[in-house]
Amino acid sequence: MTLDASPDHREDAEPVLAGSDLHLSFGPTPALRGASLSVGAGETVAVTGSSGSGKSTLLHCLAGILMPESGQVRYGDHDITALPDKQRSALRRTDFGFVFQFGQLVPELTVDENVALPLRLAGVGHKEARRRAAHWMERLEVTGIADHRPGEISGGQGQRTAVARALVADPVVVFADEPTGALDSLAGEQVMTLLSDVAEESTTAVVLVTHEPRVAAYADREVVIRDGSTQREQEPVR
Amino acid sequence: MSIGLTLLGLLEGGSRHGYDLKRAYDDRFGQNRSLAYGQVYSTLSRLLRDGLVAVDGVESGEGPERKRYSITPEGVEALERWLSTSEKPVADLHNTLFTKVVLAVLSGRDAHQVLDAQRRAHMDVMRDLTRRKSKADPTAQLVHDFSLFHLEADLRWLELAVSRLEQLTKEIAP
Ligand SMILES: Nc1ncnc2c1ncn2[C@@H]1O[C@H](COP(=O)(O)OP(=O)(O)OP(=O)(O)O)[C@@H](O)[C@H]1O
Ligand SMILES: [Mg+2]
Repeated sequence: MTLDASPDHREDAEPVLAGSDLHLSFGPTPALRGASLSVGAGETVAVTGSSGSGKSTLLHCLAGILMPESGQVRYGDHDITALPDKQRSALRRTDFGFVFQFGQLVPELTVDENVALPLRLAGVGHKEARRRAAHWMERLEVTGIADHRPGEISGGQGQRTAVARALVADPVVVFADEPTGALDSLAGEQVMTLLSDVAEESTTAVVLVTHEPRVAAYADREVVIRDGSTQREQEPVR
Repeated sequence: MSIGLTLLGLLEGGSRHGYDLKRAYDDRFGQNRSLAYGQVYSTLSRLLRDGLVAVDGVESGEGPERKRYSITPEGVEALERWLSTSEKPVADLHNTLFTKVVLAVLSGRDAHQVLDAQRRAHMDVMRDLTRRKSKADPTAQLVHDFSLFHLEADLRWLELAVSRLEQLTKEIAP
Protein backbone atom coordinates (compact mmCIF):
# COMPACT_ATOMS: atom_id res chain seq x y z
CA MET A 1 0.00 0.00 0.00
CA THR A 2 1.52 3.28 -1.06
CA LEU A 3 0.08 6.24 0.75
CA ASP A 4 2.37 8.77 -0.74
CA ALA A 5 6.03 8.86 -1.41
CA SER A 6 7.35 12.36 -1.25
CA PRO A 7 11.00 12.50 -0.28
CA ASP A 8 10.42 14.23 3.08
CA HIS A 9 8.04 11.58 4.23
CA ARG A 10 9.50 9.26 6.82
CA GLU A 11 8.36 5.89 5.62
CA ASP A 12 9.46 4.24 8.87
CA ALA A 13 7.47 6.52 11.19
CA GLU A 14 4.06 5.11 11.94
CA PRO A 15 1.42 7.57 10.73
CA VAL A 16 -1.10 8.79 13.29
CA LEU A 17 -3.84 8.83 10.70
CA ALA A 18 -3.89 7.15 7.30
CA GLY A 19 -6.66 7.19 4.75
CA SER A 20 -6.17 4.92 1.79
CA ASP A 21 -7.87 4.58 -1.55
CA LEU A 22 -10.98 6.48 -0.52
CA HIS A 23 -13.97 6.64 -2.84
CA LEU A 24 -17.12 8.68 -2.37
CA SER A 25 -19.85 9.93 -4.70
CA PHE A 26 -22.62 12.41 -4.10
CA GLY A 27 -25.33 10.99 -6.33
CA PRO A 28 -23.84 10.68 -9.79
CA THR A 29 -20.93 13.01 -8.96
CA PRO A 30 -17.77 11.21 -7.90
CA ALA A 31 -16.07 13.48 -5.36
CA LEU A 32 -13.30 11.09 -4.33
CA ARG A 33 -11.94 8.37 -6.57
CA GLY A 34 -8.87 6.91 -5.02
CA ALA A 35 -7.63 9.47 -2.52
CA SER A 36 -4.94 8.58 0.02
CA LEU A 37 -3.26 10.62 2.69
CA SER A 38 -1.34 9.90 5.85
CA VAL A 39 -0.01 12.20 8.53
CA GLY A 40 2.45 11.58 11.36
CA ALA A 41 2.73 13.05 14.85
CA GLY A 42 4.01 16.61 14.73
CA GLU A 43 3.66 16.64 10.99
CA THR A 44 1.66 19.11 8.92
CA VAL A 45 0.39 17.95 5.53
CA ALA A 46 -1.11 20.43 3.08
CA VAL A 47 -3.91 19.27 0.80
CA THR A 48 -4.09 21.43 -2.30
CA GLY A 49 -5.98 21.28 -5.56
CA SER A 50 -8.43 23.31 -7.58
CA SER A 51 -11.93 24.22 -6.45
CA GLY A 52 -14.21 21.18 -6.43
CA SER A 53 -11.29 18.71 -6.63
CA GLY A 54 -12.38 17.02 -3.39
CA LYS A 55 -10.23 18.62 -0.69
CA SER A 56 -13.01 19.22 1.84
CA THR A 57 -14.57 15.84 1.10
CA LEU A 58 -11.24 14.11 1.74
CA LEU A 59 -10.83 16.03 5.00
CA HIS A 60 -14.31 15.06 6.14
CA CYS A 61 -13.68 11.40 5.35
CA LEU A 62 -10.39 11.43 7.25
CA ALA A 63 -12.11 13.03 10.21
CA GLY A 64 -14.93 10.50 10.26
CA ILE A 65 -17.55 13.11 9.41
CA LEU A 66 -18.34 11.58 6.03
CA MET A 67 -18.29 7.87 5.36
CA PRO A 68 -16.43 6.80 2.22
CA GLU A 69 -18.01 4.11 0.03
CA SER A 70 -14.74 2.23 -0.06
CA GLY A 71 -11.27 2.53 1.35
CA GLN A 72 -10.28 2.79 4.98
CA VAL A 73 -9.09 5.36 7.48
CA ARG A 74 -6.73 3.99 10.08
CA TYR A 75 -6.37 5.86 13.35
CA GLY A 76 -4.36 4.05 15.96
CA ASP A 77 -5.84 0.54 16.17
CA HIS A 78 -9.13 1.54 14.59
CA ASP A 79 -10.51 1.72 11.11
CA ILE A 80 -12.62 4.82 11.61
CA THR A 81 -14.94 3.85 8.78
CA ALA A 82 -15.82 0.63 10.60
CA LEU A 83 -16.64 2.21 13.97
CA PRO A 84 -20.23 2.56 15.13
CA ASP A 85 -21.57 6.13 14.87
CA LYS A 86 -21.49 6.72 18.58
CA GLN A 87 -17.88 5.72 18.99
CA ARG A 88 -16.89 7.70 15.94
CA SER A 89 -18.41 10.92 17.23
CA ALA A 90 -16.88 10.34 20.65
CA LEU A 91 -13.49 9.97 19.01
CA ARG A 92 -14.01 13.18 17.06
CA ARG A 93 -14.77 15.03 20.28
CA THR A 94 -11.85 13.74 22.27
CA ASP A 95 -9.06 13.41 19.71
CA PHE A 96 -9.74 15.77 16.81
CA GLY A 97 -9.88 19.53 16.42
CA PHE A 98 -11.65 21.20 13.51
CA VAL A 99 -11.52 24.43 11.60
CA PHE A 100 -14.28 24.21 9.00
CA GLN A 101 -14.42 26.09 5.74
CA PHE A 102 -17.92 27.45 6.31
CA GLY A 103 -20.19 28.55 9.16
CA GLN A 104 -18.80 26.87 12.18
CA LEU A 105 -19.26 29.05 15.25
CA VAL A 106 -22.42 28.58 17.23
CA PRO A 107 -24.29 31.85 16.66
CA GLU A 108 -26.00 31.85 20.07
CA LEU A 109 -22.74 31.52 21.98
CA THR A 110 -20.19 34.26 22.66
CA VAL A 111 -16.63 33.97 21.37
CA ASP A 112 -15.27 32.64 24.66
CA GLU A 113 -18.13 30.16 24.98
CA ASN A 114 -17.47 28.98 21.43
CA VAL A 115 -13.79 28.48 22.18
CA ALA A 116 -14.55 26.60 25.41
CA LEU A 117 -17.22 24.43 23.80
CA PRO A 118 -15.07 21.38 22.93
CA LEU A 119 -13.90 21.26 26.55
CA ARG A 120 -17.41 21.57 27.93
CA LEU A 121 -18.56 18.77 25.62
CA ALA A 122 -15.68 16.65 26.89
CA GLY A 123 -16.92 17.17 30.44
CA VAL A 124 -14.32 19.70 31.61
CA GLY A 125 -15.62 21.92 34.41
CA HIS A 126 -16.75 25.45 33.68
CA LYS A 127 -13.91 27.24 35.44
CA GLU A 128 -11.14 25.07 34.01
CA ALA A 129 -12.66 25.31 30.51
CA ARG A 130 -12.73 29.11 30.76
CA ARG A 131 -9.12 29.19 31.89
CA ARG A 132 -7.92 27.04 29.02
CA ALA A 133 -10.06 28.93 26.52
CA ALA A 134 -8.57 32.21 27.74
CA HIS A 135 -5.08 30.92 26.98
CA TRP A 136 -5.91 30.13 23.36
CA MET A 137 -7.90 33.30 22.87
CA GLU A 138 -4.83 35.19 24.01
CA ARG A 139 -2.62 33.35 21.51
CA LEU A 140 -5.07 34.08 18.70
CA GLU A 141 -5.63 37.65 19.78
CA VAL A 142 -9.38 37.45 20.19
CA THR A 143 -9.46 38.19 23.91
CA GLY A 144 -10.82 41.67 23.22
CA ILE A 145 -13.97 40.27 21.61
CA ALA A 146 -14.55 37.49 24.15
CA ASP A 147 -18.14 38.45 24.89
CA HIS A 148 -19.18 39.18 21.30
CA ARG A 149 -21.37 36.78 19.36
CA PRO A 150 -20.29 35.47 15.92
CA GLY A 151 -22.71 37.90 14.26
CA GLU A 152 -20.82 40.80 15.80
CA ILE A 153 -17.27 40.01 14.73
CA SER A 154 -15.35 40.21 11.44
CA GLY A 155 -14.71 37.21 9.18
CA GLY A 156 -11.07 37.14 10.18
CA GLN A 157 -11.88 37.31 13.89
CA GLY A 158 -14.33 34.46 13.39
CA GLN A 159 -11.64 32.40 11.73
CA ARG A 160 -9.16 33.03 14.53
CA THR A 161 -11.84 32.13 17.06
CA ALA A 162 -12.37 28.88 15.17
CA VAL A 163 -8.65 28.11 15.28
CA ALA A 164 -8.60 28.75 19.04
CA ARG A 165 -11.54 26.38 19.42
CA ALA A 166 -9.83 23.71 17.31
CA LEU A 167 -6.75 23.78 19.55
CA VAL A 168 -8.32 24.24 22.97
CA ALA A 169 -8.66 20.55 23.87
CA ASP A 170 -5.09 19.55 22.86
CA PRO A 171 -6.22 17.38 19.96
CA VAL A 172 -4.12 14.59 18.49
CA VAL A 173 -5.09 15.62 14.97
CA VAL A 174 -6.20 19.05 13.79
CA PHE A 175 -8.21 19.30 10.58
CA ALA A 176 -8.14 22.80 9.15
CA ASP A 177 -10.10 23.63 6.01
CA GLU A 178 -8.87 26.95 4.59
CA PRO A 179 -8.06 28.34 8.05
CA THR A 180 -6.66 31.54 6.54
CA GLY A 181 -9.29 32.06 3.86
CA ALA A 182 -10.73 35.21 5.42
CA LEU A 183 -7.43 36.61 6.67
CA ASP A 184 -5.07 39.15 5.14
CA SER A 185 -1.45 38.17 4.57
CA LEU A 186 -0.11 39.17 7.97
CA ALA A 187 -2.99 37.67 9.97
CA GLY A 188 -2.74 34.52 7.86
CA GLU A 189 0.95 34.33 8.62
CA GLN A 190 0.25 34.66 12.35
CA VAL A 191 -2.29 31.84 12.30
CA MET A 192 -0.01 29.57 10.27
CA THR A 193 2.99 30.31 12.49
CA LEU A 194 0.88 29.43 15.49
CA LEU A 195 -0.40 26.19 13.92
CA SER A 196 3.14 25.10 13.00
CA ASP A 197 4.40 25.98 16.47
CA VAL A 198 1.62 23.95 18.06
CA ALA A 199 2.32 21.01 15.77
CA GLU A 200 5.96 21.12 16.76
CA GLU A 201 5.50 21.76 20.49
CA SER A 202 2.83 19.18 21.15
CA THR A 203 3.39 16.70 18.30
CA THR A 204 -0.07 17.43 16.98
CA ALA A 205 -0.71 16.15 13.45
CA VAL A 206 -2.23 18.77 11.18
CA VAL A 207 -4.16 18.20 7.96
CA LEU A 208 -4.36 21.56 6.28
CA VAL A 209 -6.55 22.27 3.27
CA THR A 210 -5.61 25.39 1.37
CA HIS A 211 -5.53 26.78 -2.13
CA GLU A 212 -2.81 29.29 -1.24
CA PRO A 213 0.74 28.13 -1.99
CA ARG A 214 2.17 30.49 0.64
CA VAL A 215 -0.01 28.79 3.25
CA ALA A 216 0.83 25.30 1.96
CA ALA A 217 4.51 26.22 2.34
CA TYR A 218 4.11 26.07 6.13
CA ALA A 219 3.40 22.35 5.86
CA ASP A 220 6.08 19.68 5.85
CA ARG A 221 4.76 18.30 2.59
CA GLU A 222 2.02 18.73 0.06
CA VAL A 223 -0.53 16.29 -1.31
CA VAL A 224 -2.15 17.49 -4.52
CA ILE A 225 -5.64 16.27 -5.33
CA ARG A 226 -7.01 16.36 -8.85
CA ASP A 227 -10.53 15.21 -9.76
CA GLY A 228 -10.84 13.29 -6.52
CA SER A 229 -7.53 11.46 -6.78
CA THR A 230 -4.40 12.29 -4.85
CA GLN A 231 -1.42 12.57 -7.14
CA ARG A 232 1.36 10.08 -6.75
CA GLU A 233 4.91 11.26 -6.75
CA GLN A 234 6.25 11.02 -10.28
CA GLU A 235 9.71 10.62 -11.68
CA PRO A 236 11.34 13.93 -12.45
CA VAL A 237 11.11 14.90 -16.10
CA ARG A 238 14.25 14.37 -18.07
CA MET B 1 19.20 47.97 -8.59
CA SER B 2 21.08 51.19 -8.30
CA ILE B 3 23.90 51.01 -5.78
CA GLY B 4 24.59 54.72 -6.16
CA LEU B 5 21.07 55.71 -5.16
CA THR B 6 21.10 53.27 -2.28
CA LEU B 7 24.32 54.81 -1.00
CA LEU B 8 22.72 58.23 -1.29
CA GLY B 9 19.86 56.95 0.84
CA LEU B 10 22.29 55.76 3.49
CA LEU B 11 24.13 59.11 3.42
CA GLU B 12 20.97 61.10 3.98
CA GLY B 13 21.09 60.40 7.70
CA GLY B 14 24.58 61.89 8.03
CA SER B 15 28.00 61.89 6.43
CA ARG B 16 30.05 58.69 6.49
CA HIS B 17 33.37 57.24 5.49
CA GLY B 18 33.47 54.85 2.58
CA TYR B 19 34.12 51.75 4.71
CA ASP B 20 31.35 52.75 7.08
CA LEU B 21 29.02 53.09 4.13
CA LYS B 22 29.94 49.64 2.90
CA ARG B 23 29.18 48.14 6.31
CA ALA B 24 25.81 49.89 6.49
CA TYR B 25 24.97 48.65 3.00
CA ASP B 26 25.92 45.06 3.79
CA ASP B 27 23.92 45.08 7.04
CA ARG B 28 20.76 46.34 5.41
CA PHE B 29 20.89 45.09 1.85
CA GLY B 30 23.66 42.53 1.64
CA GLN B 31 21.38 39.47 1.99
CA ASN B 32 22.37 38.21 -1.42
CA ARG B 33 25.87 39.61 -1.77
CA SER B 34 27.94 42.21 -0.02
CA LEU B 35 29.57 45.17 -1.75
CA ALA B 36 33.20 45.07 -2.75
CA TYR B 37 35.29 47.97 -1.52
CA GLY B 38 36.26 48.82 -5.08
CA GLN B 39 32.59 49.07 -6.00
CA VAL B 40 31.94 51.47 -3.12
CA TYR B 41 34.75 53.80 -4.08
CA SER B 42 34.07 53.78 -7.81
CA THR B 43 30.39 54.51 -7.11
CA LEU B 44 31.28 57.30 -4.71
CA SER B 45 33.63 58.94 -7.21
CA ARG B 46 30.87 58.84 -9.83
CA LEU B 47 28.42 60.42 -7.37
CA LEU B 48 31.07 63.04 -6.58
CA ARG B 49 31.61 63.80 -10.28
CA ASP B 50 27.84 64.22 -10.73
CA GLY B 51 27.60 66.54 -7.75
CA LEU B 52 25.32 64.21 -5.78
CA VAL B 53 27.77 63.84 -2.90
CA ALA B 54 30.49 66.11 -1.54
CA VAL B 55 33.62 65.42 0.46
CA ASP B 56 33.04 66.72 3.94
CA GLY B 57 36.50 66.37 5.25
CA VAL B 58 39.68 64.41 4.72
CA GLU B 59 41.56 62.90 7.61
CA SER B 60 45.31 62.84 7.55
CA GLY B 61 46.79 59.91 5.68
CA GLU B 62 46.49 58.51 2.21
CA GLY B 63 43.76 56.88 0.16
CA PRO B 64 40.06 57.28 -0.48
CA GLU B 65 39.04 55.64 2.81
CA ARG B 66 40.11 58.82 4.63
CA LYS B 67 37.35 60.88 3.05
CA ARG B 68 34.01 61.63 4.64
CA TYR B 69 31.16 61.87 2.18
CA SER B 70 27.89 63.74 2.56
CA ILE B 71 24.84 64.01 0.37
CA THR B 72 24.27 67.28 -1.56
CA PRO B 73 20.85 68.92 -2.18
CA GLU B 74 21.09 67.56 -5.74
CA GLY B 75 21.72 64.15 -4.24
CA VAL B 76 18.62 64.42 -2.07
CA GLU B 77 16.64 65.44 -5.14
CA ALA B 78 17.92 62.47 -7.14
CA LEU B 79 17.09 60.15 -4.23
CA GLU B 80 13.57 61.53 -3.93
CA ARG B 81 12.99 61.19 -7.64
CA TRP B 82 14.11 57.56 -7.54
CA LEU B 83 12.01 56.67 -4.49
CA SER B 84 8.86 58.18 -5.99
CA THR B 85 9.30 56.53 -9.39
CA SER B 86 7.69 53.09 -9.62
CA GLU B 87 9.62 50.20 -11.06
CA LYS B 88 8.68 48.84 -14.43
CA PRO B 89 6.66 45.67 -13.88
CA VAL B 90 8.58 42.92 -15.58
CA ALA B 91 6.33 40.43 -17.26
CA ASP B 92 8.25 37.25 -16.67
CA LEU B 93 6.26 34.81 -18.75
CA HIS B 94 8.38 31.92 -17.77
CA ASN B 95 9.35 31.41 -21.33
CA THR B 96 11.26 28.23 -20.72
CA LEU B 97 8.41 26.62 -18.87
CA PHE B 98 5.90 27.65 -21.49
CA THR B 99 8.12 26.20 -24.19
CA LYS B 100 8.50 22.92 -22.27
CA VAL B 101 4.74 22.57 -21.80
CA VAL B 102 3.97 23.25 -25.44
CA LEU B 103 6.72 20.91 -26.59
CA ALA B 104 5.49 18.16 -24.29
CA VAL B 105 1.97 18.48 -25.69
CA LEU B 106 3.20 18.69 -29.29
CA SER B 107 5.30 15.57 -28.87
CA GLY B 108 2.48 13.63 -27.24
CA ARG B 109 4.24 13.49 -23.86
CA ASP B 110 2.49 14.07 -20.55
CA ALA B 111 2.63 17.80 -19.90
CA HIS B 112 1.19 17.19 -16.43
CA GLN B 113 4.56 15.78 -15.49
CA VAL B 114 6.34 18.94 -16.52
CA LEU B 115 3.93 21.08 -14.52
CA ASP B 116 3.83 18.79 -11.48
CA ALA B 117 7.61 18.57 -11.30
CA GLN B 118 7.86 22.33 -11.49
CA ARG B 119 5.24 22.71 -8.76
CA ARG B 120 7.26 20.45 -6.48
CA ALA B 121 10.43 22.41 -7.16
CA HIS B 122 8.67 25.68 -6.42
CA MET B 123 7.06 24.30 -3.25
CA ASP B 124 10.43 23.03 -2.01
CA VAL B 125 11.90 26.50 -2.32
CA MET B 126 8.84 28.09 -0.73
CA ARG B 127 8.96 25.71 2.24
CA ASP B 128 12.62 26.50 2.73
CA LEU B 129 11.99 30.25 2.55
CA THR B 130 9.09 29.95 4.98
CA ARG B 131 11.26 28.09 7.47
CA ARG B 132 14.05 30.63 7.17
CA LYS B 133 11.58 33.48 7.41
CA SER B 134 10.32 32.28 10.77
CA LYS B 135 13.79 32.77 12.24
CA ALA B 136 14.65 35.97 10.39
CA ASP B 137 14.64 39.59 11.51
CA PRO B 138 11.97 41.92 10.06
CA THR B 139 14.18 43.21 7.24
CA ALA B 140 15.05 39.75 6.01
CA GLN B 141 11.42 38.71 6.45
CA LEU B 142 10.37 41.38 3.98
CA VAL B 143 12.90 40.12 1.46
CA HIS B 144 11.69 36.52 1.90
CA ASP B 145 8.08 37.69 1.60
CA PHE B 146 8.87 39.29 -1.72
CA SER B 147 10.30 36.03 -3.05
CA LEU B 148 7.41 34.03 -1.63
CA PHE B 149 4.78 36.18 -3.30
CA HIS B 150 6.58 35.94 -6.62
CA LEU B 151 6.95 32.18 -6.39
CA GLU B 152 3.28 32.01 -5.52
CA ALA B 153 2.45 33.96 -8.65
CA ASP B 154 4.39 31.39 -10.68
CA LEU B 155 2.49 28.60 -8.97
CA ARG B 156 -0.84 30.21 -9.75
CA TRP B 157 0.18 30.31 -13.36
CA LEU B 158 1.16 26.63 -13.13
CA GLU B 159 -2.23 25.77 -11.63
CA LEU B 160 -4.03 27.59 -14.38
CA ALA B 161 -1.85 25.86 -16.96
CA VAL B 162 -2.88 22.50 -15.47
CA SER B 163 -6.55 23.48 -15.76
CA ARG B 164 -6.06 24.58 -19.36
CA LEU B 165 -4.04 21.59 -20.40
CA GLU B 166 -6.97 19.73 -21.89
CA GLN B 167 -7.94 22.74 -23.95
CA LEU B 168 -4.37 23.29 -25.02
CA THR B 169 -3.95 19.66 -25.98
CA LYS B 170 -7.08 19.78 -28.15
CA GLU B 171 -5.71 22.79 -29.92
CA ILE B 172 -2.13 21.81 -30.60
CA ALA B 173 -1.64 18.07 -30.07
CA PRO B 174 -0.56 16.14 -33.15
N1 LIG C 1 -22.85 17.52 0.28
C1 LIG C 1 -22.63 17.44 -1.04
N2 LIG C 1 -23.63 17.07 -1.87
C2 LIG C 1 -23.40 16.96 -3.20
N3 LIG C 1 -22.23 17.19 -3.79
C3 LIG C 1 -21.20 17.57 -3.01
C4 LIG C 1 -21.34 17.72 -1.61
N4 LIG C 1 -20.15 18.11 -1.09
C5 LIG C 1 -19.31 18.20 -2.15
N5 LIG C 1 -19.92 17.88 -3.29
C6 LIG C 1 -19.28 17.81 -4.64
O1 LIG C 1 -18.10 17.06 -4.52
C7 LIG C 1 -17.02 17.62 -5.25
C8 LIG C 1 -15.87 17.94 -4.33
O2 LIG C 1 -16.26 18.95 -3.40
P1 LIG C 1 -15.34 19.50 -2.26
O3 LIG C 1 -16.15 20.36 -1.38
O4 LIG C 1 -14.62 18.37 -1.63
O5 LIG C 1 -14.28 20.38 -3.09
P2 LIG C 1 -13.08 21.30 -2.58
O6 LIG C 1 -11.85 20.78 -3.22
O7 LIG C 1 -13.11 21.40 -1.11
O8 LIG C 1 -13.46 22.70 -3.25
P3 LIG C 1 -13.26 24.21 -2.71
O9 LIG C 1 -11.83 24.55 -2.97
O10 LIG C 1 -14.16 24.99 -3.60
O11 LIG C 1 -13.66 24.26 -1.28
C9 LIG C 1 -17.61 18.83 -5.96
O12 LIG C 1 -17.97 18.45 -7.25
C10 LIG C 1 -18.83 19.16 -5.12
O13 LIG C 1 -19.82 19.77 -5.91
MG1 LIG D 1 -13.55 22.95 0.23
